[in-house]
Amino acid sequence: MKLAYWMYAGPAHIGTLRIASSFKNVHAIMHAPLGDDYFNVMRSMLERERDFTPVTASIVDRNVLARGSQEKVVDNIVRKDKEEQPDLIVLTPTCTSSILQEDLANFVQRASLDSQGDVLLADVNHYRVNELQAADRTLQQIVQFYLAKARKQGTLPEGKTEKPSVNIIGMTTLGFHNNHDCRELRTLMAQLGIEVNLVMPEGALVTQIKDMGRAWFNLVPYREVGPLTAEYLKEELGMPYVDITPMGIVETARCIRAIQTVLNDQGADVNYDAFIDEQTRFVSQAAWFSRSIDCQNLTGKKAVVFGDSTHAAAMVKILAREMGIHVVLAGTYCKYDAEWFAAEVGEYCDEILVSEDNGEIGDRIAQLEPAAIFGTQMERHVGKRLDIPCGVIAAPIHIQNFPVGYRPFMGYEGANQIVDLVYNSFTLGMEDHLLEFFGGHDTKEILTKTMSADAAVEAGLGWSADGLAELQKIPGFVRGKVKRNTEKFAREQGVASITAEVLYAAKEAVGA
Amino acid sequence: MTLAQAQPQPSALEFDCDTGNYHTFCPISCVAWLYQKIEDSFFLVIGTKTCGYFLQNAMGVMIFAEPRYAMAELEEADISAQLNDYEELKRLCESIKRDRNPSVIVWIGTCTTEIIKMDLEGLAPRLEAEIGIPIVVARANGLDYAFTQGEDTVLAAMAQRCPTVEEAAAKQPAAVKEEAKSGGIQKLLGLGRKKEEEVVVAEDTPYHDHPPLVLFGSVPDPIVTQMTLELKKQGIKVDGWLPAKLYTDLPVVDEGYYVAGINPFLSRTATTLMRRRKCKLIGAPFPIGPDGTRAWIEKICSVFNIEPQGMEEREAKIWESVEDYLEIIRGKSVYFMGDNLLEISLARFLTRCGMTVQEIGIPYMDKRYQAAELALLEKTCNEMGTPLPKITEKPDNYNQIQRIQELHPDLVITGMAHANPLEARGINTKWSVEFTFAQIHGFGNTRDILELVTRPLRRNNNLKDLGWEKLVKEEAKV
Repeated sequence: MKLAYWMYAGPAHIGTLRIASSFKNVHAIMHAPLGDDYFNVMRSMLERERDFTPVTASIVDRNVLARGSQEKVVDNIVRKDKEEQPDLIVLTPTCTSSILQEDLANFVQRASLDSQGDVLLADVNHYRVNELQAADRTLQQIVQFYLAKARKQGTLPEGKTEKPSVNIIGMTTLGFHNNHDCRELRTLMAQLGIEVNLVMPEGALVTQIKDMGRAWFNLVPYREVGPLTAEYLKEELGMPYVDITPMGIVETARCIRAIQTVLNDQGADVNYDAFIDEQTRFVSQAAWFSRSIDCQNLTGKKAVVFGDSTHAAAMVKILAREMGIHVVLAGTYCKYDAEWFAAEVGEYCDEILVSEDNGEIGDRIAQLEPAAIFGTQMERHVGKRLDIPCGVIAAPIHIQNFPVGYRPFMGYEGANQIVDLVYNSFTLGMEDHLLEFFGGHDTKEILTKTMSADAAVEAGLGWSADGLAELQKIPGFVRGKVKRNTEKFAREQGVASITAEVLYAAKEAVGA
Repeated sequence: MTLAQAQPQPSALEFDCDTGNYHTFCPISCVAWLYQKIEDSFFLVIGTKTCGYFLQNAMGVMIFAEPRYAMAELEEADISAQLNDYEELKRLCESIKRDRNPSVIVWIGTCTTEIIKMDLEGLAPRLEAEIGIPIVVARANGLDYAFTQGEDTVLAAMAQRCPTVEEAAAKQPAAVKEEAKSGGIQKLLGLGRKKEEEVVVAEDTPYHDHPPLVLFGSVPDPIVTQMTLELKKQGIKVDGWLPAKLYTDLPVVDEGYYVAGINPFLSRTATTLMRRRKCKLIGAPFPIGPDGTRAWIEKICSVFNIEPQGMEEREAKIWESVEDYLEIIRGKSVYFMGDNLLEISLARFLTRCGMTVQEIGIPYMDKRYQAAELALLEKTCNEMGTPLPKITEKPDNYNQIQRIQELHPDLVITGMAHANPLEARGINTKWSVEFTFAQIHGFGNTRDILELVTRPLRRNNNLKDLGWEKLVKEEAKV
């Protein structure tokens, strides 16, 4: 048992559902107790999805517990197959129902006999892997299933596309700024003259999976979701992949050069050096920012970075290499990826911390007293407590990570956005510091009595102890208004002492 | 026959039970409001990553500074019984005691503790004795309960910890005890209260002489004050609330005490108070809306043989004060998909407001505990001349959405998962969860309920001339 106040990554079934509902026309059935289907709420609320989330829970209740699911799961799969005619139904248990050890594979087999679409059981261990690992695995499982199916049916297309082309793998629903990154990468590919064959899995049909092999290479921008699929495609179809995260000016250039090599190995003749140079020096503002006087003032400032492997590693490199900021601590909660992370950031930071314990990270931040933090929502709150500014660079996702406007982290526009994030984090921090130093804009004490206080005294109004106590229970941001309206009401009614009863009578009368 | 057909309503409410493939929140969500209500408590949810991520994400309650609730996250070794449950829980509770020193630790059992048959009730007394902090065990699991019923499981467990008159007297200092002896039972009951309140009570109009009354249900403190004052106006003294602001102030509950619930989802708590503590339950409609509040007060009065004063005028005055809101919803239709078990009370109130209720989905329908509310709903429909709504227990969301698209109600009150997709199809929605967290009880909060109910209508009224009612390309194949 583990005492936990905070989780950096969700449970496995969330990862599976992220993959399943990223595809078009795929439905997921959860074998789960009531309330475990909150994925639907997250997708509907955070992504502001217009369509009903294609996830249905086949409820495990007391009856199921006593007698087993029997026909329930099979019936629900077959029913959904008729109602929505999905290409694929993915069945997943949750941590809870996986302990029941029901023969879900058998359910899937039976259901597939009566279904038009395919039925698949997500193959993950709910106690050994987290959301990210499960997402990576489920995507690979689905790709493998459809490649095998196409091979069996002899429908695997031969050969490559005429022009250089790419599959972008790892874009999912409820990913951290995924949709923005995807748009940015599409733009980048277009500028490089590379066609986007498929984006996986966001917005793709499972029937398109068989065409993945037509692309010249796979691009896997995230460490968390996609590498297993890319590796599988390399083994199975001999497709090369590029897994350099194009975040920051330097890494974006390195990623593009890797793409160049991959393409030229296959007989293309491309040279992206001029493009990289043009983008770096004249189009993107990030490189210029590094040279600007603003950034000079950031030199040597201390920062702590914490997040998933992809974003934390990329951020460390940007801060250290491109901005001259001193990264005192780099950390990730992707414990299973610790080795890779250490290799990536080792030379750019003083200390590495791999942990899922938010308390440990918080304590370390408090000890190090950095000038800024780049972390998750949790570190943002740690920063708030310690009065250290924090830019959020990684999941777990929050409504703030689904801005309506365009905010990529990848590519050249992503580099600009990161500059803004870094600059605002630090300068706002400095502004606070200056305000403190000079005593600020506003005086802290209110020197004049408020209108209502004067009026109350004049009218001979007084608040009784219980009235005041009740007033204190009202949230601060409306308390002043309630107080004024109540006093007005009391004056009109000729009440001298404002009790709790008077307060509520006023609320009723004037909606105070 | 023709005469019968002329009557718009069927003779009785129609109940249905569907597949139960519906979305609602997990009952452990009660932790989110109960830990705030009971200020000296600590809630330990014993479950999996799935439970923890739910609390963190879907509820929007992030566990930040100075949290008073946490997860005891079950890991593989716990599930396969390689670790000793008692030792593990002891380790965690000792660390909670060290860091937070709460007056009570509430263990929230989950689906997983049910499935692995972890004997929480058996472990708690031993551990309680060992670490010296009361441990209350509630099984707020999704196998048996839905959303707000989580609170029911916690309050039912706490009801058993309420002191009897004897126990409360034993705890008091000797001097007070003397006073209590001379003052008789009535005085004794006021002992949990603060000194100054007693003074206020002494100065005011005397209460009627009635048996002790304890109210149950977790509501924000301002509601506690308002309802207490409301009953005080009728000369009725509220002797305590379950839960109180502090666990150490749990109300005295003893044989012959009267109890009344303030929320419709507390049937287990009611049963526990009746069966285990020999209390008498006052079965009334719930004090939501001026009609319900009046019925609730009148029922309590009638049990104590007190003639209620000025209730009719009071109700009328409230209705008059919200006429501007009623104009917006009168004649409109509303559909409840079913989420928080407040559905019957809200449907009754909205019917009285002049709306037509097309369907009431509800996770669980306790016809005995909600009997008075159901009767009032029926009466209200008859009086307002609207058809009786169908009540669908354990609804099927897919079937409901089909019906919604046919009926095209003016307002759908629904859980969070369906709100945006329905709005995108041009259907006004309100999150049911807002009624769970807003202050909706009593006369004074009528305006607040109507503010919530009318907001989607007012908002979409603002947008109606802009021509973008439907924001999906084609009707989704739902």
